[in-house]
Amino acid sequence: MDLGGFPVAEADLAVVDSAPVGRRYHRLLLDSPALSAASRPGQFFHLLCRDGGGNGPYLRRPMSIWRCGAGQRLGFLFHVKGRGTAALAALRPGDRLSAVGPLGQGFRLEPGWRRILILARGVGLATLAPLTEAAAAQGITVQALLSAQAPGDLMAAEFAGASGATVQAVFDSDGSSAVPAVEALLRATFEGPARPDAVFTCGSNRLFLLLQRLAAEYGIPGQIALEQQMGCGLGMCFCCVRQIRAADGGVVNLRVCAEGPVFDLQAALAW
Amino acid sequence: MVDLSVRIGGLALANPVMPASGTFGPELAQVFDLNRLGALVTKSVTPQYRQGNALPRLCETEAGVLNSIGIPGKGLDHFCTQAMAEWRRFTPPLVVSLSADTVAAFADAAARLAATPGVAAIEANISCPNLEEDGRAFAMHPESAAAAIAAMRAACALPLWAKLSPNTADIAAVARAVEEAGADAVVVANTILGLAIDIERMVPKLGAGMGGFSGPAFKPIALRLVWQCAQAVRIPVIGVGGIATPADAVEFLMAGASAVQVGTASFVSPTALPAVLDGLAAFCARRGFARVSDLTGLALPGRLRPAAE
Repeated sequence: MDLGGFPVAEADLAVVDSAPVGRRYHRLLLDSPALSAASRPGQFFHLLCRDGGGNGPYLRRPMSIWRCGAGQRLGFLFHVKGRGTAALAALRPGDRLSAVGPLGQGFRLEPGWRRILILARGVGLATLAPLTEAAAAQGITVQALLSAQAPGDLMAAEFAGASGATVQAVFDSDGSSAVPAVEALLRATFEGPARPDAVFTCGSNRLFLLLQRLAAEYGIPGQIALEQQMGCGLGMCFCCVRQIRAADGGVVNLRVCAEGPVFDLQAALAW
Repeated sequence: MVDLSVRIGGLALANPVMPASGTFGPELAQVFDLNRLGALVTKSVTPQYRQGNALPRLCETEAGVLNSIGIPGKGLDHFCTQAMAEWRRFTPPLVVSLSADTVAAFADAAARLAATPGVAAIEANISCPNLEEDGRAFAMHPESAAAAIAAMRAACALPLWAKLSPNTADIAAVARAVEEAGADAVVVANTILGLAIDIERMVPKLGAGMGGFSGPAFKPIALRLVWQCAQAVRIPVIGVGGIATPADAVEFLMAGASAVQVGTASFVSPTALPAVLDGLAAFCARRGFARVSDLTGLALPGRLRPAAE
């Protein structure tokens, strides 16, 4: 579709794939070459979550992009846990989905970076998945540490796609995902030959705090994708603010939809 | 070709469709050409910086939204010196929504806005229910509403719109009071106070407790308020409350409104404003109205109406 000279579209898109992933997750692929090509990793769409019968919650739901890029379907991977995501999971190929986007500030990859580390928990990996392919396209090596409840929840293939990212997994089920254990893994990486030029995270407050602390200690820049309930998704209603540390040290309320969802790792405050 | 222009007091608008305060910003220019709108209406500006309310600030119902945002903002000085630069990029008349805690603060701020190039009118938010004091606001009573408007009227010559509240016993009396105090139009109406409770956590769903309810479920109430005010005053009524479709806008005009504001609908469909405008023109064309202003008040008691189609 033609975006008509405006960077954000309200588009009625055809569902081309809708399938459960693992026990709790679901994936949707939409036919929209122009919107997919215009989307960047870390951005999101505001989805009108109505099942094939038109039922669903009144407000849209923000959904981070799982798959995007020239020649790719626009994809979303989400945890089915409320009315909105249940309605999305009920969509079938051929159904239509109203999507507003692409929205927000995505991840930034700096020229000169050779290696990045991604730390993701649960479905937070969906937000970071398109970063692996963007990094690979720039010749950046991606090392990922994924945390999940159990091996059946991991979704390593959904994460890495064709990016060639190296994935290491830790689980609640065998205790390997405990924060001290993850800290030991990260320290070993940061002190070894594969020390990353930057780190990225999404999906867990505990892992965010750990990564923020260690990245500061080792002097490694980082970025985090934050989530927040939204109203308009465009920056008009000021419903989705989060506390962010400003350059002068003060704390300001910034809109996750407009100034985020990706923020500097050290500027974000715990939730 | 339908004549879509309307006059609101001394202000000429190219068409009667504008956004509702608090649900709009320059950010919407990412989606469509804001210069198509009849007017632009800012979020409420307050004299001083405001942090805004505790989260959550929004919760949805089956057909509407409760909000308690708390008017976060950088204050009047920042608005006049910084934010106005962005607003001046657009051509429609700029209506600045103004909120303040005292009559004197309203007057001082109105004078400052009148001295700021590019401000076409003031929408006095004397009805926002999210302020302190259990949601009480100037617009709850004719006397306090008139006092705020009279002070602003004395302080500036800009067109002055009074945004009325549904949270009052007799909105017609409030409308008459602000008309006598010098308002050029009434905007009817702001959100109605409501509440939602999280039964698992056993606390209100909104961080601030109560909130203002808006959206389609509020439309019949807002439409009734417009109908009452249109029969109470001679100044124009601007209808707002639950408008999501062109047919909704036609209803408000027929109930006595001269223009309409679209608010919460923009959250669900960011192209709701141009869709309402296009549909309104199409309705006039289909029913043979040469001027959109001919719709105003058609459904009021005692009016002569064209035959149904």
